[in-house]
Amino acid sequence: MLKQIEGSKAMAEAIALCRPEVICAYPITPQTHIVEGLGELVKDGHLTDCEYINVESEFAALSVAIGASAAGARAYTATASQGLLYMAEAVYNASGLGLPIVMTLGNRAIGAPINIWNDHSDAMSMRDAGWIQLFAETNQEAVDLHIQAFKLAEELSMPVMVCVDGFILTHAMERIDVPEQPQVDAWLPPYDPVQVLDPAEPISIGAMVGPEAFTEVRFLQHYKQTQALRLITDYARDFEKAFGRESGGLLRAYRVDDADVLVVAMGSVCGTIKDVIDEMRDEGIAIGLVTIVSYRPFPTDELRKMLAGAQDVVVVEKSIAVGVGGPLANNVDMALRNLPDAPRLHSAVAGLGGRPITKPSLHRLFRQASVQPWEGTHFLDLNERIVGREIHTTRKKRRSGPTAENLLRRLATEGDAR
Amino acid sequence: MVTAAEMLSVAAFLEGRHAQAFPSFGSERTGAPVVAFCRIADREIRLREPILEPDCLIVQDPTLFKAVDVFAGLKSDGYLLVNTNRSFVDLHIDQIARRLPAGHAVAVPATELALKHVGRPVPNAALLGAFAALGELVHFASVQQAIEKTFPGKIGAANVAAASEAYEIVMAQERAAAAV
Repeated sequence: MLKQIEGSKAMAEAIALCRPEVICAYPITPQTHIVEGLGELVKDGHLTDCEYINVESEFAALSVAIGASAAGARAYTATASQGLLYMAEAVYNASGLGLPIVMTLGNRAIGAPINIWNDHSDAMSMRDAGWIQLFAETNQEAVDLHIQAFKLAEELSMPVMVCVDGFILTHAMERIDVPEQPQVDAWLPPYDPVQVLDPAEPISIGAMVGPEAFTEVRFLQHYKQTQALRLITDYARDFEKAFGRESGGLLRAYRVDDADVLVVAMGSVCGTIKDVIDEMRDEGIAIGLVTIVSYRPFPTDELRKMLAGAQDVVVVEKSIAVGVGGPLANNVDMALRNLPDAPRLHSAVAGLGGRPITKPSLHRLFRQASVQPWEGTHFLDLNERIVGREIHTTRKKRRSGPTAENLLRRLATEGDAR
Repeated sequence: MVTAAEMLSVAAFLEGRHAQAFPSFGSERTGAPVVAFCRIADREIRLREPILEPDCLIVQDPTLFKAVDVFAGLKSDGYLLVNTNRSFVDLHIDQIARRLPAGHAVAVPATELALKHVGRPVPNAALLGAFAALGELVHFASVQQAIEKTFPGKIGAANVAAASEAYEIVMAQERAAAAV
């Protein structure tokens, strides 16, 4: 049913339609409205046969979900930012044990300095933890990805993280088609675990594994993720047949035909980028967008095919691997490796800690990439003046004080004259 | 303020349009300046940047004029709606108001209307009623429905009464402006 609804509330309704049997809830901005919404749906009787557990921390949230999943229950939790870090050990356990938990990540920056706003640092911190990571471009896709996530997770016996831009999507109220219960019931079968803790037939899960088999366990985990590449595509196609709209899949192309410049990005910024691309196409510039939906597993082959014909590839991402550059750009580079006449790769980091990514800045960036390309990693809209002054001060004075506070003081006294 | 933007988006949705409402994130503590945005369009809204150049600016608290440059970006043919029982001259914004086309800058005592009808200083509904009269960007009937959906029962009815009176006040101002 079409509704004008907050993204978090629509996600809560979609997750409830998937009939989770255990929900572990611990609040952290900007994910809180999702678990609050689920709590209301359990309390008012919309969602039945569900244990809604208020746990004492994020570590407990995922640990309880692990226990519930191993005991044969469909388990769900949600977190963000420092919350994900606090459950880091359990994140690896869930995937290592092959438990099909679904978790929403309301993408938010990681401190210090403390920052509650959106970027993709939290998802990136767990990119190698063995979870499938799917990024939603819109709130409609966020709703749809959760339904696909349970099916994917349970078919593969592997946890899935649905990454949703904090505030930008979670707190936006817009038109969303929330499916009906019979539709979801017809598409998503009940959870049939491949491994289950059952007192009648005792087994152990989580044994210590030495050098004799650890490599093989990891190989199989990696093998399973490569299998997921096919399944993610198949399920997106099935979903489109059943629900009548395109959502999910590995990646999506927008106006890529004959494009000289191809932009690669993930999440909600793709909407703004599409508007910029339309404007640039109107001016006669051949530019298109490839939206990565599945970051893990990374669709290397599919991406290579899509980027092969371009002259320039611009990666715009909301994260920085400090000391390296953009992690998404590094993965895109991997897809271009060994390609004859590979396009030039330009890496840009944008939107860190909630800085708005605006159309004028993207226009400048995309033009610059083909006309006047930069070396290394470009920080979009960087305030070079205060950065320069801070570098100068730290060189001159040993005890120059904490960086973040110094920058804030400069902004307060000198203004933001970029 | 966030509720007002959300209710406006619901009103537009009820008219079959696309609408996107979102808050200025993170500053939701009592007393802090809060900005909320609403985009309305006839096609899917993909843009995710904050609104930097509004077609219409609704100011809930005119004491903010001293702290924040709320008029930055307001288009030259835009609309300005201020919650106040004072004149634009008293608020020292008459020059800004005069730069806009006739009938585009309007003052409405939304807080007083809320106190009168709802019994609490909650100006959102009255401001939306006034907005419906301004340039007819959204119909009053849709605003009324959106208020009733957000606040069911007696509170909704009281808010609709406040919105209705605000609508009439602005309509009268608009008629006066058109007559000049």
